[in-house]
Amino acid sequence: MAEQTKKSFLEKAAESQVWKSIFRGGGVPRNRRQRMMSVLNSVFLHLHPVRLPKHAVKLKFTWCMGGLSFFIFLILTISGILLMFYYRPTIEYAYTDIIDLAEQVPFGIMRELHRWGAHAMVITVWLHMFRVFMTGSYKPPREFNWTVGVILLLLTLMLSFTGYLLPWDQLAIWAITVGSNMARAAPFLGHEGPGASLLAIGDINFITMASDARFALIGGRFMGEAALLRFYVLHCIGLPFIIMIFMSIHFWRVRKDGGISTPV
Amino acid sequence: MLEGKKTATKPPVRKAPAALGETVKDNEVSRRSFFSWLSLGWIGFVASTGGFFTMMLRFFFPNVLFEPVQTFRAGYPDDYIIGEVDTKWKDKYGVWIIRNREGIYALSTVCTHLGCTPNWLASARKFKCPCHGSGFKSTGINFEGPAPRPLERYRIVLADDGEIIVDKTQKYQQEKGQWSDPEAFLRV
Ligand code: HEM
Ligand code: FES
Repeated sequence: MAEQTKKSFLEKAAESQVWKSIFRGGGVPRNRRQRMMSVLNSVFLHLHPVRLPKHAVKLKFTWCMGGLSFFIFLILTISGILLMFYYRPTIEYAYTDIIDLAEQVPFGIMRELHRWGAHAMVITVWLHMFRVFMTGSYKPPREFNWTVGVILLLLTLMLSFTGYLLPWDQLAIWAITVGSNMARAAPFLGHEGPGASLLAIGDINFITMASDARFALIGGRFMGEAALLRFYVLHCIGLPFIIMIFMSIHFWRVRKDGGISTPV
Repeated sequence: MLEGKKTATKPPVRKAPAALGETVKDNEVSRRSFFSWLSLGWIGFVASTGGFFTMMLRFFFPNVLFEPVQTFRAGYPDDYIIGEVDTKWKDKYGVWIIRNREGIYALSTVCTHLGCTPNWLASARKFKCPCHGSGFKSTGINFEGPAPRPLERYRIVLADDGEIIVDKTQKYQQEKGQWSDPEAFLRV
């Protein structure tokens, strides 16, 4: 920096119109203020805090489990989109398309990546929750972010559940048969659950096998084509969309609540 | 909210700006009517949003189901041998038809534990579930494993031409005493 006479390539580039139009504020940041502004002014950088306390980057404190969860989520998003180019969600093709993906399509490891990644994300999210609990990071002012976290956990589990059906193998069909049967017994909303028979006028029952929570979930009275399609749409579009919204809130709140909590 | 209302109805403390002090012209919106329009607008907004969410909810309950038919013709009583479990409808309709000395009944192939499909083991004369090992007698009564209750039976009747009709939309549970229903058992 002392050499004001000869400008580096980077410095010259930073003065060009192209650079200035992309990076608001322009120029190479030279002091604390400018460095701060360049973080605040970039849509990508501003997701990250401007400054980090030293302890926050200690692996010992966070285990980086939240960060890993997000990293795995990104891997799952990319590999999942790739799988969608081959997979057809119908009873006729679903199973064979998965075999095709694993055995014939180039880099069939993409399918393994998605499957193993899915297992890994469930594990890292649980561990993240465990560490947040053990470090007491759910305490004020972070109660709200804990609640957002619980929603993220449920969404992660729902993604895992809906994805599990898509290969349409015996394991999948029976797991979802058993899993969705639980919805039969939901209070009031399941046709075999407590209170469901109270929702009736005279002889007409409102909660039946063709109108209860399980029906809404699998799109029919029996596990079949409709369930596969419903789970596919939820897995590939509905749930990822919702989880991304909650993740944005989650990360933003981590920053607004004063960054990673301080160890006592 | 309350705060807003107060300032809305209280006469202005400060000297009113010229425009407010004047009487309202025909084509102008007075303060009062502005607020009633505002609340009307909100009511409309909330109602239409609520309406749309109701539509969305109802959308998930289709009127026509593309499911396999639930009623089928299962041949004539003479097609079934006394004392045997017939498994020919198991794959297609999920039903076992069993004939004993008094008549014929249709058993559901759904395990009452968690919903897997048991197999008929002819040599051991029992239905055995591969998932967690529940066992059922040929009557459908559970006798081993985690299944908490007997298999369900379906409605079974004769058509006018004497053919058997099995109707899966109607089921009969032993523990509710429904097996004595005349349509749960076809006397032949
Ligand atoms: C999709 C799942 C999730 C993702 C991607 C995620 C991501 C993150 C990230 C990146 C952080 C920054 C600190 C760190 O890495 O540990 C964080 C912090 C936090 N998370 Fe999560 N999280 C998820 C689920 C959860 C769950 C299930 C809970 C609890 C119910 C939770 C509660 C919190 C709280 C309270 C903080 C602030 C911790 C502190 O300030 O020390 N999150 N999360
Ligand atoms: S489902 Fe048949 S024993 Fe569990």
